[in-house]
Amino acid sequence: MGAGHAHKLYRHGHSPVHALPPHCKIAAVFCFVLIVVSTPREAVWAFGLYAVLLAAVAGVARIPAGFLLKRLLIEVPFVAFALLMPFVAEGPRVSALGMSMSVSGLWGAWNILAKGTLGVAASVLLASTTELRELLLGLQRLRMPPMLVQIASFMIRYGDVITDEMRRMRIARLSRGFEARGVRHWGVLATSAGALFIRSYERGERVHLAMVSRGYTGTMPVLSDTGAGGAQWTRAAVLPLSALAVCLLGWTL
Amino acid sequence: MHVPDGFINAPVSAATGAVAAVAVAVSLRGARRELEGAGRGGTGAERTAPLAGLVAAFIFAVQMLNFPVAAGTSGHLLGGALAAILVGPYTGVLCVSVVLLMQGVLFADGGLTALGVNITDMAIVTTIVAYAIFRGLVKVLPRRRSSVTVASFASALISVPAAAVAFTALYALGGTADVSIGKVFTAMVGVHVLIGLGEAAITALTVGAVIAVRPDLVYGARGLAKPLELRTSPLDVPAPGADEVTTAAREAEPVATAPAVAPRRSVRPVWLAGLAAALVCAGGISYYASASPDGLEKVAHDQGIDKKAQEHAAKDSPLADYSVKDIANARLSGGLAGVIGVGATLAVGSGVFVVLRRRRAAGPVAAAGAAGERA
Amino acid sequence: MSTNSPSAPPLSAPSSLEVSGLAYAYPDGHQALFGVNLSVGRGERVALLGPNGAGKTTLVLHLNGILEAGAGSVTVAGLPVGKKHLAEIRRRVGIVFQDPDDQLFMPTVREDVAFGPAAAGLRGAELEARVTEALERVGMAGFADRPPHHLSFGQRRRVAVATVLAMRPEILVLDEPSSNLDPASRRELADILRSLEVTVLMVTHDLPYALELCPRSVVLSGGVIAADGATQELLCDEELMRAHRLELPFGFDPRSVTVPV
Repeated sequence: MGAGHAHKLYRHGHSPVHALPPHCKIAAVFCFVLIVVSTPREAVWAFGLYAVLLAAVAGVARIPAGFLLKRLLIEVPFVAFALLMPFVAEGPRVSALGMSMSVSGLWGAWNILAKGTLGVAASVLLASTTELRELLLGLQRLRMPPMLVQIASFMIRYGDVITDEMRRMRIARLSRGFEARGVRHWGVLATSAGALFIRSYERGERVHLAMVSRGYTGTMPVLSDTGAGGAQWTRAAVLPLSALAVCLLGWTL
Repeated sequence: MHVPDGFINAPVSAATGAVAAVAVAVSLRGARRELEGAGRGGTGAERTAPLAGLVAAFIFAVQMLNFPVAAGTSGHLLGGALAAILVGPYTGVLCVSVVLLMQGVLFADGGLTALGVNITDMAIVTTIVAYAIFRGLVKVLPRRRSSVTVASFASALISVPAAAVAFTALYALGGTADVSIGKVFTAMVGVHVLIGLGEAAITALTVGAVIAVRPDLVYGARGLAKPLELRTSPLDVPAPGADEVTTAAREAEPVATAPAVAPRRSVRPVWLAGLAAALVCAGGISYYASASPDGLEKVAHDQGIDKKAQEHAAKDSPLADYSVKDIANARLSGGLAGVIGVGATLAVGSGVFVVLRRRRAAGPVAAAGAAGERA
Repeated sequence: MSTNSPSAPPLSAPSSLEVSGLAYAYPDGHQALFGVNLSVGRGERVALLGPNGAGKTTLVLHLNGILEAGAGSVTVAGLPVGKKHLAEIRRRVGIVFQDPDDQLFMPTVREDVAFGPAAAGLRGAELEARVTEALERVGMAGFADRPPHHLSFGQRRRVAVATVLAMRPEILVLDEPSSNLDPASRRELADILRSLEVTVLMVTHDLPYALELCPRSVVLSGGVIAADGATQELLCDEELMRAHRLELPFGFDPRSVTVPV
């Protein structure tokens, strides 16, 4: 599902949301999604309130709705799955618009659509208000193993370089009159993929040499570590706390 | 296959999250050993971050490489099997997990709470199944490069439906939709056998392309090429510069024997990890089944339940999901599906193993002969 | 060998780099170095010339202990290269690799330049000062917060030099510093290198660049130092040049150039 990867993810801005420390934002988004997932699906109004909450955050962050909606396209494959559900699910059926649909299937579809969409929207808000490296820093402060953070940051740093190499190979193929049109051409594409792997691996070895040459011994030096103050945590907690209130209401009503 | 939020219920998401965390932690340690390998200077700990990072970037990039099928449709590589074969199972799990993590956080591709599900399914199951099958086949098939291609094809082919089976099992445990497990199983496995065919072809071709240029970089085939190349050399160079050759051979000897031993060592942890994962899953199922209060079973037996009753039952355990109605059935059939899937995989694997073991007998004899002649 | 070089170091200070009898074979048995002797005095700028496959890169990797000598020794400012002093050796020997993308692995220019000194234990304001100083010396102070892959190739190469300068090295080792640079970036880099008061060993195929920057050159060929002398003299020795597959660009006459010193 490589769709949408070409988008520019981050939207530069100076809103209060942008200014929050990344680990507060990650924690807030994660808790929010967790709460959304634990909400009973029958509480339809609760999901409406969640959407309002997210819209409010987007408003504060000055993220235009069009940008957000375009990024939501990533979940299209599962929308298709959800739309099929009422027709294949078990249980008592109702007929609407001349089609017979399963009641629990309808609920299941609604469940996936609502929760999935809210989850995607929350992640998109996070990614569009937080720079890549800030996200990594945030994950590190949330006690993700440092080695994992390092691997992820190398992946981000060299993702562009390798994608670029891939593009150059494609241009080289095209300039020699080759265009992949079907299964018959997989061999050529796979050769490119193989070459790409070799280049990536060898680059990894060279990067390792360059790191070792500057005194690397397996741990990254901690360059900046600014924690978050109580006020910032409080501000970040507004979203999940209001969601929690909605969720509790959803369970009791 | 990236599962969004809300598709699998909270307890199962949390449990898979724990499984994923453990697997990634184990892989971090294992990757160090795997990446120590052929390079110059430095220990595994130093090499892990840059090499695994670059491999992750490669997988990320190669997932964007479109393979046209026909008439405008195209597929792309998932990469689990490829990663396992090229860089080893631990590094493979690690790299695919990092790719999934970044896709979830940056592109919202796969839900944040479903991260555990996605990693378990696409990083762990795919990679381990692929590597176990690949190593098994490489061991029993004749020592030729074409065997590596065949093994890559088979392992990638099975790894994708295996992930689908794992997904179905997770769905049976904590799916939020009320679709019968049989239907999910059929649809998922059916579709993924097709996807697996494409994945297998691309993986085999790619591994073939790498092995043609840099066979030393293919982790899964490390023990393969070297003995062949070295054992022929002392015989056919008699007089001039003979001492040079023999010293070269002598120097190379430990290199030749080391990889021959290494795979045997490295396969065992994989099998143990697989066994442990199976035990954890089985334990999880039984735990979850026994943890569900008797009330739920009663609800399931009760014919006249309505939505309200369900709500009350669920209120007792706030995280339990709503599809309690045929929970016993669902779980049973889910367990059955899992067992059938694992059994089928095992049967295919061991069948191939038994059939091809005879052929393998020729290998060691020839090797011993060559060693004898050299001595 | 170095005694007949034009800018021989004063005997009192230990030379920046002392390589004696260095031999090395790769684990696969291929031998790349067959007894290299080389001495580089403090403050000298020396070009290391040689055909492809002569062992230049292998030699460079010995200088900071990434490869371990099979025979012979390497000494950096009096300190022998070995397991014992590896951290200090790597601080003293700054290697700028050929592809700046390999060298710039951190998310921002600032972090990349800070990587070396931070690995050596520097923190806070001191680290910040070191980073700013290094970036100013290569004229990239305004780019500290940019991600490296958004810079031009020439800028990336300059930042790569800064990452090494930030460690205050005894000797700067550059692998093909002029490759892939347009003429303007090439000239800018030359100006920067000339302004540094640091020992420089420059591995290059770019003979005019060697002539422009390095008063002294050594030729590594077949795993040994085959020639050592004033760059201009070496480049004018047609027989020597031919013997080691060194060729000047079309129309370039080293005799006609007055070397800036």
